Amino acid sequence: MTIKLKNIDEYRWELPKTGAMRVPGIIYSNASMLKDIKQEEALKQVANVATLPGILKASLAMPDMHWGYGFPIGGVAAFDWENGIISPGGVGYDINCGVRLSASSLVEKEVRPRLEDLINALYQNIPSGVGSTGFVKLSVAEEKKVLKEGSRWAVRHGFGEDSDIEHTEDKGCMQNADPETVSQRALERGRKQLGTLGSGNHFLEIGVVDKIFDKVVAQAFGLFEGQVTLLLHSGSRGFGYQVCDDFLAFMTKHVKKLGFDLPDRQLACAMIQSEEGLRYYNAMACAANYAWANRQIMLHRSREVFSRVFGMGPTALSMNLVYDVCHNIAKKEYHIVDGKKRAVCVHRKGATRSFPAGHEGLCEKYRKTGQPILIPGDMGTASYVLVGTQKAMEETFGSTCHGAGRVLSRRAAKRAGKGRAINRELEDKGILVRWTGRSTLAEEMPEAYKDISQVIDVVHGAGISKKVAKLRPMAVLKG
Amino acid sequence: MKYEIIDHTADLGIHVFGADAKGLFANAAFALFDLITDIDALKGLNELEVHITGDDWPDTMVNWLRELLYLWTCKEMLVKTTDIFYLTEHELTAKVKFDSYDPDRHEIKNEIKAVTYHQIQVEKGPPGWESKIIFDV
Repeated sequence: MTIKLKNIDEYRWELPKTGAMRVPGIIYSNASMLKDIKQEEALKQVANVATLPGILKASLAMPDMHWGYGFPIGGVAAFDWENGIISPGGVGYDINCGVRLSASSLVEKEVRPRLEDLINALYQNIPSGVGSTGFVKLSVAEEKKVLKEGSRWAVRHGFGEDSDIEHTEDKGCMQNADPETVSQRALERGRKQLGTLGSGNHFLEIGVVDKIFDKVVAQAFGLFEGQVTLLLHSGSRGFGYQVCDDFLAFMTKHVKKLGFDLPDRQLACAMIQSEEGLRYYNAMACAANYAWANRQIMLHRSREVFSRVFGMGPTALSMNLVYDVCHNIAKKEYHIVDGKKRAVCVHRKGATRSFPAGHEGLCEKYRKTGQPILIPGDMGTASYVLVGTQKAMEETFGSTCHGAGRVLSRRAAKRAGKGRAINRELEDKGILVRWTGRSTLAEEMPEAYKDISQVIDVVHGAGISKKVAKLRPMAVLKG
Repeated sequence: MKYEIIDHTADLGIHVFGADAKGLFANAAFALFDLITDIDALKGLNELEVHITGDDWPDTMVNWLRELLYLWTCKEMLVKTTDIFYLTEHELTAKVKFDSYDPDRHEIKNEIKAVTYHQIQVEKGPPGWESKIIFDV
């Protein structure tokens, strides 16, 4: 099947409505990245999503899009809250996979001489890698409290401060979480993994603010040039994977009863306003809360490590949480559709919320500027801080990109990395790396990802978020 | 050849072969644990019985691998061999030989998060049976 795209402007292409599609597809990209996308099936997936009941306006894809299961990664789709579907495949396995950024009072030249000690100490204190287990031991009863409370649970147990909660998307808790909706298997899988980084593309990065694009907003975010930062990318670990897996299996059977003719089994879904749909929404919220507690605990551990290495107290060190965003989630939000405010279920699968100044969903601090958006790049290049915009509200249900997006398969990356010492190559660029998995480093090498600056240029150029600052990595801890 | 790896941008897939249905399902189990660990280092000291059901061949295949993955992710069991003694399109019963995970003895090569339904295929030959399965990693 060849898909013909219609160019709208410099950054947008339309995938016209054909066949069973209820709405068109809109792809944010540029001419050169689009060539890569065309080799994949991601475009077909954008079209498939457009066939699902209740979809509003368009099936959207961000510039970091690539092939996923059912829904493409980098996909955004909003469904009518009353007459639309909710789909586990529209969220992904790693529910509330996300990023948080903490900004220290230190500058690069203070950290550089102790960088090796710092990354080694982080490596020892933040459990990472395949199946890593954490230092937080939970009973099932306590685990259910984590699922209910999210970040609040972590702060209540001494892992952080109240201001951390304030600076987390949705205050680190989806209120609808209902632990009775999750399986024993999910509880079992999640019990030992709280406070762990995981493997694959998850990481912890010490970086430095390399460039400021918007001085006023950067200042409001607490960022200045030369400042040392900590960026953390992780999710809901085995707990979230199991929730997704359980509901995919269940909904595959459920859709047959509904009589939906799905182009792909991984698009399995339920009507939001049904017992099954709400059960998934409430279970997914448990995983979202687990992920927030997870990142909160790791941030706290990292602060303790910084404190020890630099012999500084928490006040002097600062290490304030700038923000925490999730990029795999489905949420009830209110958006203007055809001139009317409507409740919708926004699926962001590898996409980040991009709420503008004045949005009631933001904490007071960011209501003046718009929310911080954190976009991690590959480990050798750069990460970006952006700010949310009104244009995103108008065009993308308040959403933007989430990362660089892979271009090489893990196997192709390993092949390309054969005979090379990726860690040495990075060290030559001034980036220290510590890792756990044998093949992680080759799989995650910089060439395996799209050029992050191109992705950022598209979302900035299209206006669905705006550049604030660029972070350059100094040391990276990979799972 | 029991299986080969399928290259996918973000994930890991397997193309599995078998002389018959039982052989195919046994080789799929082998492929899963071959990706997770070094099977040669396993002794298969313990045994348990697994029973699963499915709506059709692809569903039965996914449920079989999901069940085995559950043994690893929740029970920390590493499977060496499977003896499938009952198999239809809708049901499978097998004896599974496994070792309990010991970080000092067993290397973990890949984290398999889940077995997906994406582009799942199970096909009867001739010449034999084959299946394509994609894992989320």
